[in-house]
Amino acid sequence: MNEKTEKLIDKKGLRLDGRKADELRPIKLQVGVLGNADGSAYVEHGKNKILVGVFGPREMHPKHLSQPDRMVIRCRYHMAPFSVQERKSPAPSRREVELSKVIRESLEPSVFVDLYPRTGIDVFIEVLQADGGTRCASITAASLAIADAGIPLRDLVVACAAGKVEDTVVLDLMDTEDKVGAADVPVAFMPNLNAVTLLQMDGVLAPEEFETAVNMAVEGCKKIYLMQKEALRTKYMTVKEEVEE
Amino acid sequence: MPTFFEKKQLVTPGELLAEGDYLAGENTYKEANKVYANRIGLADVDNKKVNVVALRAFYLPKVGDIVIGTVTEVGFNGWTIDIKAPYSALLRASEVLSRQFKPQADELSQVLNSGDLIVAKIASYDRSHDPQLTVGEPGLGKITRGQILQVTPTKIPRVIGKKGSMISMIKQETDCQIILGVNGVILVTGKSREDEDLAMMAITKIEEESHTSGLTDRITQLLKEEKSKREEKKE
Repeated sequence: MNEKTEKLIDKKGLRLDGRKADELRPIKLQVGVLGNADGSAYVEHGKNKILVGVFGPREMHPKHLSQPDRMVIRCRYHMAPFSVQERKSPAPSRREVELSKVIRESLEPSVFVDLYPRTGIDVFIEVLQADGGTRCASITAASLAIADAGIPLRDLVVACAAGKVEDTVVLDLMDTEDKVGAADVPVAFMPNLNAVTLLQMDGVLAPEEFETAVNMAVEGCKKIYLMQKEALRTKYMTVKEEVEE
Repeated sequence: MPTFFEKKQLVTPGELLAEGDYLAGENTYKEANKVYANRIGLADVDNKKVNVVALRAFYLPKVGDIVIGTVTEVGFNGWTIDIKAPYSALLRASEVLSRQFKPQADELSQVLNSGDLIVAKIASYDRSHDPQLTVGEPGLGKITRGQILQVTPTKIPRVIGKKGSMISMIKQETDCQIILGVNGVILVTGKSREDEDLAMMAITKIEEESHTSGLTDRITQLLKEEKSKREEKKE
C-alpha cells in the first residue's frame, strides 16, 4: 500500500475528503429531467453522477415475460464507458448484471405490483460518473423516477452504505475507502414503513461493528430521504410559487 | 385519531396521512390502521375518507369512460387501439360496421387504418382481459379534423372545472368544440387554426398549474389578453 492509502483517516478523525466518520457526501437530487421517459431522476452523490429513466406501466415485450397476476419490473444498471478512469466496455459485465438484479429486488417491495397484472415497467439506470456507492445512489434515484412516472408506491426507497475503514465504522464510503477499507454494508430502506429492502455486506466485520454500520446506514438513509422528498416536491412547488405570487 | 396534513398539502408517496378510523380513498392505502399516500399529490379529507389528488398518474380503463385512441394495428376481425393505458384496447369490426362482419367482403383498413384517431367508449374491462371499445353511440367514431393534446389523466377534472366552469369558459372564449378523453387525450376542433391553438394553449397552462388556486380567473384573463393581441395584429 502506498502512503496515501495508509491515512484514510487522519489524526483529527477526518477522512480523505475532510468528512467526519458519520458525514454524508454532498447530494443533489433532481426529478423529471428527461422529456421522453415517463419518469426520470438525476442524482449527484459526491462524485457519482447517475441518470435514471422509467417507462411504463406498459404491455410487456416480449409478451411471454408478462405475469398474469402482477406487474413485472425490469431493471438495467449500466455504467457508461467514460464513467471510470479506465474505459469500461459498454457490454454488460457480470457486476452490472448482478447490480441490476439487486436494485430491482430492492425496489420491488415498494411498488404495488399486484394492481397492474400483465404489465411491466422498465427502469434504466445510467451511471455517468462513478465514485463508490453507485448502487445506493441508483436506488435512491430510481425510486424517485418511479414516483415521478406516477406509479403507486408504498414508500420511497432510499439507500446508503456504511463500512469499516481503518478500524472505524464510517458512513457513505467513496471509491478509495471502498477499495482499501475493510468492509462495505449497503442498506436500502423504506423510512415510513421502517423496512429494509436491501442489506448486503462485502468484507469482514465483527457482529457489534456490523450492527453499528447498519444503524449508521439507516440514519444516513433518513437524511437522504428528506432530500428525496424535497426533490419530488420542488418540481411542483416552483410552479405554484411563481403563479401565486 | 388525527390526520397529519393540512388541506391541499403536497404529499409524497409513503407519507403518513392519518391514523385510526379513516378510510383510504384515491391514491392512498391503509396498512396497520394507518393511511399513507401512494402517489405525489394534494391531500384532502372528506368525511373520514382520505384522498390524494395525484399530480402524476397514468390512465387505468374503467367501463363507461369516453377515451380518445390511436389505431395501432389492423387485425383479422378488428383493430388494436392505443388508449394511453397500460393495456391496449380492442375494437371489433362488427362494432364499427353495425352489421355482420364478412372477412371476404370487408377490407378493414379501408374503414380505419393504422394511425387513425377515434373517440370511443370502454365497453368492458377487468384485470384479466384487455379493454374492449365500442363506437355505437352518437359522437363516437373516427376523428376527421381538429387537433390532439395529451395531458396527465388526473388533470382532466381540473380542465373540466367545478361543474364544467373551466371547460365551458374555454369553449365560449375560443369558439372551439372540445372533447375530453378520460385517458388524458383532448381533441380540440375549431373554426380556424388560431382558435384551436388558443384553446390548446389554455389547456397546457391548466395542466402546468393545475395544483394552484384561482386558476379559472387567470385562464379567462389570459384568453382575453391573447384575443385582443390577435385583434391588434389583424388591424
